Amino acid sequence: MELFLFIVIGGITLISSLFVVFQRSPLYSAFFLILTFLAMAGLYLMLGAEFIAIIQVIVYAGAVMVLFLFVIMLLNLDKEKHDQLTGHWMQKFFGFVIVVALVPLIGLGISTTLLYSGSQLGAKGTYGLQMAERVSNTKAVAALLFTDYILPFEITSILLLVAMIGVVYLAKRTKNINT
Amino acid sequence: MIPMSYYLVLSALLFGVGILGVLIRRNALVIFMSIELMLNAVNLTFITLSRYMETLHGQIYVFFVMTVAAAEVAVGLAIIMLLFRNWGTANIDDINLMKW
Repeated sequence: MELFLFIVIGGITLISSLFVVFQRSPLYSAFFLILTFLAMAGLYLMLGAEFIAIIQVIVYAGAVMVLFLFVIMLLNLDKEKHDQLTGHWMQKFFGFVIVVALVPLIGLGISTTLLYSGSQLGAKGTYGLQMAERVSNTKAVAALLFTDYILPFEITSILLLVAMIGVVYLAKRTKNINT
Repeated sequence: MIPMSYYLVLSALLFGVGILGVLIRRNALVIFMSIELMLNAVNLTFITLSRYMETLHGQIYVFFVMTVAAAEVAVGLAIIMLLFRNWGTANIDDINLMKW
């Protein structure tokens, strides 16, 4: 049952990510990217990370992609007639060669050096299957986030403030004669 | 339970599709979307390993990766908008002033 679910949701993720890359219009690419993010939230649910799955839907599919769609529609990029799908044929060829050489290396590397059973991965933590049934994922993540990872948490808030200041400054309309 | 390598191979494939998008597309926004795809593939690896090592540190890292990715998307889109305002195009082949 879990294998069937994994094949369906994983297949949706992979196929819609291929559609993101090979779509002529950036608007349709954005839509397929939203579908990819939602399918990945499904994968996170299968892996028992329900807090991260909900955060994925809210932050990625709900905020980041809305920002992308705003910019696509603001710049009216859908109507570009001269926009080629890909570049020079040599760029396409070497792009494919690099990916075909690199991806099996990554896939085989991370799936065979880290062996199948969890007991050979080294020190195991405390949040196993039995604990996951008693303590919810949100509560466990919060217990870790606000105690051990409080410093990165505060630094992240400063990072978001800096990013917001930067975006407001960059996107401000300049007052010159051409505008 | 599914062996862990299924998720890891899926993550590697998604990462490869992201690399393909960055290398062969000419539109700045689609390149940016492929970068987000690569970030998500790495998130999947983190969560898979967090599950199979029965710990939660991977999920905390994913939390921070998502936050930083959201900030990066905001800043990157502001830059792309400025680029479009100054050059009139989002095609990265046309933005070649610094090319030798």
